Amino acid sequence: MYVAVKGGEAAISNAHRLLADRRRGDRSLPSVTIDQIAEQLGLAVDRVMAEASLYDRSLAALAVRQSRGDLIEAIFLLRAYRTTLPRFGNSVPLDTADMLVERRVSATYKDLPGGQLLGPTFDYTHRLLDPSLLSDEAVEEPARRDASDEEIMRVSDILAHEGLIEADGELPQDHQASDLTREPMEFPMARDLRLQALARGDEGFLLALGYSTQRGYGRNHPFVGEIRIGEVEVEMEVPELGFAVSLGQIRVTECQMVNQFKGSSKAPPQFTRGYGLVFGQSERKAMSMSLVDRALRAEELGEDITAPAQDEEFVISHSDNVQATGFVEHLKLPHYVDFQAELAMVRKMRADIEAARNGETEMKDAAE
Amino acid sequence: MDVAEQTLPTEQAGRRRCASLLAGATAEELHAAWDALKDKPETKPVRGPETGLVMVRGRIGGGGSPFNLGEATVTRATVALASGTVGHAQALGTNKQKVKLAAIFDALWQEDATREHVENAVLTPVERRVEAENKAKAEETAATRVDFFTMVRGED
Repeated sequence: MYVAVKGGEAAISNAHRLLADRRRGDRSLPSVTIDQIAEQLGLAVDRVMAEASLYDRSLAALAVRQSRGDLIEAIFLLRAYRTTLPRFGNSVPLDTADMLVERRVSATYKDLPGGQLLGPTFDYTHRLLDPSLLSDEAVEEPARRDASDEEIMRVSDILAHEGLIEADGELPQDHQASDLTREPMEFPMARDLRLQALARGDEGFLLALGYSTQRGYGRNHPFVGEIRIGEVEVEMEVPELGFAVSLGQIRVTECQMVNQFKGSSKAPPQFTRGYGLVFGQSERKAMSMSLVDRALRAEELGEDITAPAQDEEFVISHSDNVQATGFVEHLKLPHYVDFQAELAMVRKMRADIEAARNGETEMKDAAE
Repeated sequence: MDVAEQTLPTEQAGRRRCASLLAGATAEELHAAWDALKDKPETKPVRGPETGLVMVRGRIGGGGSPFNLGEATVTRATVALASGTVGHAQALGTNKQKVKLAAIFDALWQEDATREHVENAVLTPVERRVEAENKAKAEETAATRVDFFTMVRGED
């Protein structure tokens, strides 16, 4: 028997009205503005842009506000929004060497061209709650110092001069960059598609997987060759003009992980690499991404696949938090009929066991 | 500057610079320049303004094969002046008013009579502002550069 059930419109409508009320909170407090969120909760906005795979600070801030600060919900909102827009084209690939650098650190070289630039970092803070932030105390202007014209050279280029490190990562000449938003995913996949999936992957999931490689589940001996954060130019070919023009700048975080060497009878040993590139300022995510990128190259580099972080299908199929949320959270939707069926089944099984037991006792009684 | 950029024909390089500065202009800057324009031209929309997406690409390892990093919102517009000159503009974000004005200034920049106004009222001020902002950012970052020094311990 199948019974269609309707109802709940009033309940849903009132629930959404209640949600709007709780989102606004205490009316005696000023409402938080989109600009305030974009400026003062900038790293939450960055995370939403990165995992929604859509760079737009204002819309991401709006999503954070609408979702009451539930970042995965905000990511979901932004993902849904992007499906309403046409795509005008692809950008010219970003040139991260030409970044307006706001932070750049290397754990492999102390003195390197461009220097160690700490930028606005949480590192070296004591992680003590700051009571001055309980009130709205004036904040000092940042210190300044003459900037040198020295090129902030990529660490991978420094090592490359001696041939000690593998190249940046060239796919075959005829390979077209694939796009997981356009074609269904198939395994095994090329590294470009993996990087697209990782760039939008859940930070927590990638962090845990990256951590697992450090703890021995697919160990690959990483060093942070370099992390750099800053603004890069986005350029696009405009057909009407016949050349590429700038559309503006976006902030990205790039991590070059340098990993233990690989050599063969033909090639001398050299360092291998993992790569991370993320929208916004997100060092943790870029580092995790580069660790997982390197782990997922196990097969290409002839390593044994023994750990979760090296299992491409496992990692890529579970890295998307919108997909994961959808499937986990669908469990709360009505499953009344499924459950009735299971209930009937379990009752019947118990009844059968009971009947069998009673039969046995009767037989026993009769025998005695 | 890369080789391709150096060998661009001058007119093309000028147009590129114009487009890039118009993309970087704020809505306020463009509105102010529009208000300052004495003879406001008749314009006809050809396309847009419309908002869509650009797939931003990165390169594996920084310089290797391209991969799709994620999308960004972009707004573009095309307008025509009464003279028939067509202006294009495109900029990250969703501000249609701003991009429409940018397209008008792109068209005006191509006309000899109005190029000077576009240069003086839009391009030069935007260029100066962006330079100053970038310089300030670079100096703030430079102040966080680590100066290593060696501690000499014991007697030599």
